[in-house]
Amino acid sequence: MAKKLTVSASPHVRSSETTTGIMLDVVISLIPAAVMSVVYFGTRALALLSVTIGSSVLAEYISRKVMKRPNTISDLSAVVTGLILALNLPSTLPLWMAAIGSIIAIVVVKQMFGGIGQNFVNPAITARIILMVSFPAAMAKWTAPFEDGWAADAVTCATPMAQLATVNGGDVSAVSGLPSLTQMLIGYHGGSMGEVCSIALIAGGLYLILRRVISPVIPLTFIGTVAVCTLAAGHGNFEFMAYEILGGGLLLGAFFMATDYTTSPINFKGKIIFGIGCGLITSLIRIFGSLPEGVSFSIILMNIFVPHIEHLTTAKPFGQVKEKKEKKEAAKV
Amino acid sequence: MSKIVNGVLTAVGKGRGGVNVAHNKNTAQLPVERMPVPAKVVLPMQQHIGAPCTPTVKVGDIVSAGQVIGDTDKFVAAPVHATISGKVTAVGDVKLANGMICKGVTIESDGQMREYEGIKPPVVTNKAELCAAVRASGLVGLGGAGFPTHVKLNFPEDKNVDTLIINAAECEPYITVDYRCCVENPRDILDGVYGIQKVLKFKQVIIAIEDNKPEAFKILKEIADKDNDMGDEVKLMTLKSKYPQGAEKMMVLSATGRKVPPGKLPADVGCVVMNIASVAFVGRYLRTGKPLISRSITVDGSAINNPKNLRVPIGTNIQDIIDYCGGFKSEPRKIIFGGPMMGVAICDTNAPICKQNNAVLAFEDRKDIIKKERDCIRCGRCVDVCPMSLMPTNIERFAKTKNIEALIHSGIMVCMECGSCSYSCPSGRPLVQYMRLAKQILREESAK
Ligand code: SF4
Ligand code: SF4
Repeated sequence: MAKKLTVSASPHVRSSETTTGIMLDVVISLIPAAVMSVVYFGTRALALLSVTIGSSVLAEYISRKVMKRPNTISDLSAVVTGLILALNLPSTLPLWMAAIGSIIAIVVVKQMFGGIGQNFVNPAITARIILMVSFPAAMAKWTAPFEDGWAADAVTCATPMAQLATVNGGDVSAVSGLPSLTQMLIGYHGGSMGEVCSIALIAGGLYLILRRVISPVIPLTFIGTVAVCTLAAGHGNFEFMAYEILGGGLLLGAFFMATDYTTSPINFKGKIIFGIGCGLITSLIRIFGSLPEGVSFSIILMNIFVPHIEHLTTAKPFGQVKEKKEKKEAAKV
Repeated sequence: MSKIVNGVLTAVGKGRGGVNVAHNKNTAQLPVERMPVPAKVVLPMQQHIGAPCTPTVKVGDIVSAGQVIGDTDKFVAAPVHATISGKVTAVGDVKLANGMICKGVTIESDGQMREYEGIKPPVVTNKAELCAAVRASGLVGLGGAGFPTHVKLNFPEDKNVDTLIINAAECEPYITVDYRCCVENPRDILDGVYGIQKVLKFKQVIIAIEDNKPEAFKILKEIADKDNDMGDEVKLMTLKSKYPQGAEKMMVLSATGRKVPPGKLPADVGCVVMNIASVAFVGRYLRTGKPLISRSITVDGSAINNPKNLRVPIGTNIQDIIDYCGGFKSEPRKIIFGGPMMGVAICDTNAPICKQNNAVLAFEDRKDIIKKERDCIRCGRCVDVCPMSLMPTNIERFAKTKNIEALIHSGIMVCMECGSCSYSCPSGRPLVQYMRLAKQILREESAK
């Protein structure tokens, strides 16, 4: 009997939380947005979702096999990557392009850097940006909701962000054909599959916060910073600010992509800086840049700074006084 | 301003760390039972932090309970007493539960439990006498650390120690002996407090209990309220039950708001922390003069047939104790000495109970004991829960790559190995193991 006793380091009890459980929560939180994308963009959205998720999981499986590493598809992280990627695509994108996106995300960005927890930029966003650079036309072909996405001649429409970018100083009323704020909330406007329905995204984000999967710090600072900046740019026009917050994938980015564990700071202060940084870059790109959105770029830029942010904001260990204070005290003595 | 900031920080989940571990205080309602005198006891000479004792008896000697059988002239050490009466049958190397070997004395019982004639209550009028008496009693911290109590009480005068904190948090899951002590021996606890207070005259004495033990609080309060002779320096305080509330540094912070700096002791911020069972022992000892020869332990866990709280002679074989509790219900996969968060997994039940052991837990295989180890997903849970504000996941990486500079910057030396990080890691990473490795690396580095 004695031989079979396990001798391991303390602690001898563990919480019931697992990686798979956390990823499952993320999937659950994205279901409203995914369902709404199917409602608005039909079977075309369903096909894209299946392709990105399927190819992500397959890519993960094969690349782990090739690299002779333990199989990790059961942690569901590949499902999450595929899901988020799909929600970032226009519903008209050819399916093979979507598959390429998944492969880039999983193989190039994630597994080549060592797998989960090791990549320094967000896989789904990187894949999206590479697709945007490689297939600019296909990646900007937005259709209005309920348009048949399968048809080659589907009627395209501008996204609210692109429409707003045509006017200066937040003069919302000058834009003709802009969806109403209610339409922005329920998602009745052009845009990528998952970014349109704000209510679904907010519900999912709240779910993640309440389940303590993510901390509210990054979404709050990110969205808050964009709100302040766009309010200033729009000369105090709250309507303009509301459009900027509800449109352009900000909610999708702030709740689901900027909070990606691997590519955001793990400490509290770091999260604040990261969130504010994302918000500032997004606003700068939107206000001064030629691109109507900017969420993806801001997140990826801040991803790169994460190690430095963390290093600079490492909390002092318990009871250790700040060096400056120490010096002051030493000076007193 | 800082109050508002702190409030907001708490609201967004940036508390002071710690985890909510399932309490599993299954044995809380079981009175402490006295276990029958065992046929033999094995008494290791090192049951404390400090210098080991040297046996003062030889094979064939007849000893009685309470007689000194091992001592040393070093100050940081506590003498060892015979815990039963009988004959010394062996003096030599014995194996401890954690696999370590040290000198020890084996006594075979004569079944009479004769008490040593030299036992008489100590006379204590000043600090030196108190420390000498406590040393002679063989007392070490009964909460698990095993630090000789007289060393704690013998703080230097220039440290301005003004607060005595009595730790009754008992934040480790399963263990209930401190709770039973409050319920069954409140008189001893208060006698201990008054006995120490009479000599050391602290400005305040704080008895701190976690809020999941309201019963213990009530009983102590009732008795304390009746004793008006002691003035109001003695205060009872409830703490939020959150692991590791009972850790010394957390205790000092919760009770007084003071933070013990890295590498310092509670005395450096004016506090002495004593476990409640130790204080109760001091109370009894000052009254009767009986040294530390038995202690209470909790025997529990999914593999134990009849979980119990037991009072056992120190040196009793663990297997005897488990047999007394009805043996194993099913084959145990893990046996722990102490609590599940900081206790030691043992490989052999043929070992003696020592002074500082407060529990023996035996578990069947369960998912929450052994979790699948995966790669770190950088979820930050270990960082959020670390009561010492460390970043365990980064420290693991630094330890693996032997990045000395980063390790120094990380503050790893303040880690108290509380286990909160490993506990909450969804990827089942053995973080505490890496924390130990990291400290080891730094120690070796500074030895160079
Ligand atoms: S809790 Fe585990 S998975 Fe999360 S950051 Fe820490 S080590 Fe990594
Ligand atoms: S790093 Fe050390 S002090 Fe912090 S939670 Fe882990 S074991 Fe506890």
